[in-house]
Amino acid sequence: MTEFFQSLGMNYEWAWFVATIAGILLIALPLMLSVAMIIYVDRKVWAAINLRRGPNVVGPFGLLQSFADGLKVFLQETIIPSAANKGIFLLAPILTFTVALAAWAVVPFSATAVLADINIGLLYILAISSLSVYGVVMSGWASNSKYPFFSAMRAAAQMISYEVSIGFILVCVVLFAGTFNLNDIVRSQQGFGLGIVNAYVIHPLLFPMWVMFFISSLAETQRVPFDLTEAESELVAGYQTEYSSMSFALFWLGEYANILLMCILNALLFWGGWLPPIDWAPLYYVPGIVWLLLKTFFFFFMFSWVMATVPRYRYDQLMRLGWKVFLPISLGFVVVISGYLMATGHFG
Amino acid sequence: MIQTLAFYLFAALVIASAVMVIMARNPVHSVLWLILAFFNAAGLMVLVGAEFIAALLVIVYVGAVAVLFLFVVMMLDIDFAELRAGFVKNFPLGIIIALILAAELIFGIGAYQAGRIELGVASGATSPILDASNTASIGAVLFSDYLFLFEAAGLVLLIAMIGAIVLTHRKRPGGRGQQNITKQVRRNPNEATVMKQPIVGEGVEL
Repeated sequence: MTEFFQSLGMNYEWAWFVATIAGILLIALPLMLSVAMIIYVDRKVWAAINLRRGPNVVGPFGLLQSFADGLKVFLQETIIPSAANKGIFLLAPILTFTVALAAWAVVPFSATAVLADINIGLLYILAISSLSVYGVVMSGWASNSKYPFFSAMRAAAQMISYEVSIGFILVCVVLFAGTFNLNDIVRSQQGFGLGIVNAYVIHPLLFPMWVMFFISSLAETQRVPFDLTEAESELVAGYQTEYSSMSFALFWLGEYANILLMCILNALLFWGGWLPPIDWAPLYYVPGIVWLLLKTFFFFFMFSWVMATVPRYRYDQLMRLGWKVFLPISLGFVVVISGYLMATGHFG
Repeated sequence: MIQTLAFYLFAALVIASAVMVIMARNPVHSVLWLILAFFNAAGLMVLVGAEFIAALLVIVYVGAVAVLFLFVVMMLDIDFAELRAGFVKNFPLGIIIALILAAELIFGIGAYQAGRIELGVASGATSPILDASNTASIGAVLFSDYLFLFEAAGLVLLIAMIGAIVLTHRKRPGGRGQQNITKQVRRNPNEATVMKQPIVGEGVEL
């Protein structure tokens, strides 16, 4: 995109600057729009599974429901509890939202459509997603209220626990790909399965890794069955209990942006990203972003499906699953996969 | 130009937030300032081209260590009046530590200007790897030349972890908190429930 702005007569620095700003807007604005629409999809899927109709009043088929909700929230009064720690109370939703957007900088939407094609893309995503816990912890503490505080404590423990196993699962993928660059990880999946299938998940050693990654991403985004941080039957609404108006909306948008990020990571790391599912020439005429968004949408559907059908875990079950099941298995797989790759001469 | 600007921005923020760590009255604010300092230090690492170290700094320190730190500090019930009461008593100790730190700083700057110390001659065995990414270069050095030190560091951490578990783990007497997960999972409706057809007016006897 820098070349395009250079052709308009700008020098390189300005062209780069304008191209970066344009790239950020090209990612952030469609992302916000898709968050609004994906909330609608989420509610429709739950409704279909629960044999209800779901939102169907605002606009055709209820398509404008999220925008109506957004407008309602926007017009509400911002309430700050008098006992709250004001600065941190207001900072927390902004931090959650910023961090949720920042991770999208390295996501490759097709072979060339990536804002920052950096060498350590995967580490960057891991680093940024480890920051998202602060929004929850800060809001829980600053609210100066019991339920948000419980929620913040749970969130801190839960996200640290599952980040460990996510880290090991990512190591397995990196071992196969030989790089942290997300675009190169996608490229290395081309024809991976017997020269036919473009996906890591086809490998018998990586399939269990993907299953664990999917479950861990549910836990990392605090979705059902791991939504202990906002368990409405125990903690009212968890860390966002005291929030209203736009600060609440920022949590909401940040949460769904994180969920979409985890869905797109599932697609990029295990299901071939912007590559078509099968390595067959005519399929490459479909633009890469279409394949990527189809895969992302499929994983989002699975997220909704799980939310509508699975009951919530108990806290001790959550911790047991993270530390006693996922951690040893993923650590074992790192060893097994390294050994397998050495034995088969993958490293050359 | 933009590197210089970025350097001064990150450096100024690191120093400012480090000052705020000790100036903040609320310990939770202190920890949050510390996190900002870590984060900006990672920015400085990126500027010198060590993006791998920067990512590790954020993942390990900001993402894990500082969260646990915050966790503990938030749970503490700190009485600020009591903290200030100890000020006069601890004042001499504080002065001594401040003097030691000042002396170290002066020595450090003096030694730096006197030229570097000759601890040994570099063998030149590890020439810089060209055309390799940060990650690959660190891996190449870490798993060849410094393999022993790397493994030893891992062993030290493992021992520390086992030590922490041994020190804090205690077996509670009695059955509370002891669950047999497999038994719970294998329970089925046939052995867990009993179907009764109660007669109206008589109820059930279990």
